Amino acid sequence: MMLSVSVRQRIRDFSLQSLMYLAVLLVSAVFVWLLADLVQGGMAHLSWAFLTESPRDAGRAGGIASILVSTLLILLIALAAAVPLAWATAVLLAEFVPIDSRFGSAVRFSLYVLAGVPSIVFGLFGNAFFSIYLGLGFSILSGGLTLACMLLPILTSTAEAGMRTVPDTYRLSAAALGMTRTTALIHLIFPAAAPVLAAGLLIGIGRALAETAALLFTSGYVDRMPGSLLDSGRALALHIFDLSMNVPGGDMPAYAAALVLVSLLLGINSLAMAFAHGLQRRCILT
Amino acid sequence: MNGDHDAFTLGPLETGPACCVPQPAVQVRNLSLCYDGKTALDTITLDIYKGCITALIGPSGCGKTSFLSAINRLTDLIPRCSVTGRILIGGQDIHHPRCDIQALRRRVGMVFQKPVPFPLSIRRNLSLPLNEHGVTRKNEAAGIIERVLHDVGLWDEVHDRLDAPALSLSGGQQQRLCIARALALNPEILLMDEPCSALDPIASGVVEDLICRLQGRYTIVIVTHNLAQARRIANYAAFFWVRERAGQLVEFGRCQHIFESPRHELTAAYVNGNRG
Ligand SMILES: Nc1ncnc2c1ncn2[C@@H]1O[C@H](COP(=O)(O)OP(=O)(O)OP(=O)(O)O)[C@@H](O)[C@H]1O
Ligand SMILES: [Mg+2]
Repeated sequence: MMLSVSVRQRIRDFSLQSLMYLAVLLVSAVFVWLLADLVQGGMAHLSWAFLTESPRDAGRAGGIASILVSTLLILLIALAAAVPLAWATAVLLAEFVPIDSRFGSAVRFSLYVLAGVPSIVFGLFGNAFFSIYLGLGFSILSGGLTLACMLLPILTSTAEAGMRTVPDTYRLSAAALGMTRTTALIHLIFPAAAPVLAAGLLIGIGRALAETAALLFTSGYVDRMPGSLLDSGRALALHIFDLSMNVPGGDMPAYAAALVLVSLLLGINSLAMAFAHGLQRRCILT
Repeated sequence: MNGDHDAFTLGPLETGPACCVPQPAVQVRNLSLCYDGKTALDTITLDIYKGCITALIGPSGCGKTSFLSAINRLTDLIPRCSVTGRILIGGQDIHHPRCDIQALRRRVGMVFQKPVPFPLSIRRNLSLPLNEHGVTRKNEAAGIIERVLHDVGLWDEVHDRLDAPALSLSGGQQQRLCIARALALNPEILLMDEPCSALDPIASGVVEDLICRLQGRYTIVIVTHNLAQARRIANYAAFFWVRERAGQLVEFGRCQHIFESPRHELTAAYVNGNRG
């Protein structure tokens, strides 16, 4: 009797474990397959010239230099607009508003909703507001600002969570030493929360790099080297989309561009992981 | 309530140990404190004398920590905590709207039950609050840091690694660092919430000796569950008790009176270990 129970339990344990391993295997297989496909398709076309030349013949020839510059500019504008706003909101939510206040919950709720809005809707909104209403047209500026709206929720919620991981005892001790909240924030809370802030930032950058739909109607798809922020500029993800959907014979450069994009994302995500890991180690230490 | 010292004080003495001339440093008048509408402290009236060590004793949950946090207005940081009544420090009402709260907390230092070193270097732990209060010159700060580390007996242990993280210190060293950090601001009053409870007997003895050495220079209010310790170091003792979930002051007087000839039977039962 005893034996059969324990055998049954062991079988159950074993099958559960096998299922879990199978799931893990499937997930990693998808990733590896995707990566292998990209490398196989794109490696041949990838070269130093591909990275340093501008596209010719709708992208069939030439490289992606102008695309990389546009992507970078859009990203910089998005971060410059979103990071100060998001972190200021996070400071307000984490430090100055009681956690169960109506105001705080309302802000948090609207951020959740914003996080769930499909990016094409952001694109339409950005087109109506930045391009048409504010008269920025199809430009890197309106694309960057649209992306900024998209990044607000993720940046705010990670920053708020990061500041909440800082124990309250620091705030009380700092106050008991006659330090102002600003000093405590700058010298204690921000440094302690920095790994989470950085991780959030990197996740945000990853999202921004991968974005296509929100940029379609805002920064446009002109593939020339942008002369100013008010020029239209084509983002990398959009370039891939255009090459594979609209340009017959664009498959090879599309693969190569996708390989570049995925390598960038991989690099950024590993950085984010490293930061998160560093934070964990610090939490255990303290 | 504070009749027993009037009996032997003939008049204001100009010289002599401060404890002979009980001069109130903190006057607490009808202090009540509520968390979320529930009373935690019920109309406490109490004088804390300059230069003396006052021990707060009483069972867990009777509001000793709350009482301490009311004195430096740390209760302001606790959501839905309301304080009524008056607290005068040096004759000034700390709830006066023009009271500078940073200056108040500089005058009234606090040491918590669990040491809270900041995740910075040992030196930065001490210099950060100093900078905040206008001590910005390097050698001035360095002088103060050396003095307070000597005061808490930590100098010999850490002088060659002031830039090491404060979290690498042992628990007892961390607590002494926190005391040093409070002393660096040169407070008049030092509030200590069970400073020895997280320490082993040896570290606890070191901190206790330190507190005794600080007597006279600072006005000290110390919460302790260790009655023997209270008896050893305190000049005055205040006994708190919970009645209907609200903390009340049962008896206040010279330490000797509280421990040897308490007037209240609850006090007698508590100090003899029969209750609490
Ligand atoms: N932040 C808070 N919010 C709500 N109630 C609180 C809070 N802090 C303390 N209390 C309540 O106030 C009462 C007094 O608490 P306090 O911490 O002052 O007691 P204490 O005498 O310091 O106890 P101990 O000896 O265990 O430290 C307790 O009933 C406690 O539950
Ligand atoms: Mg307590």
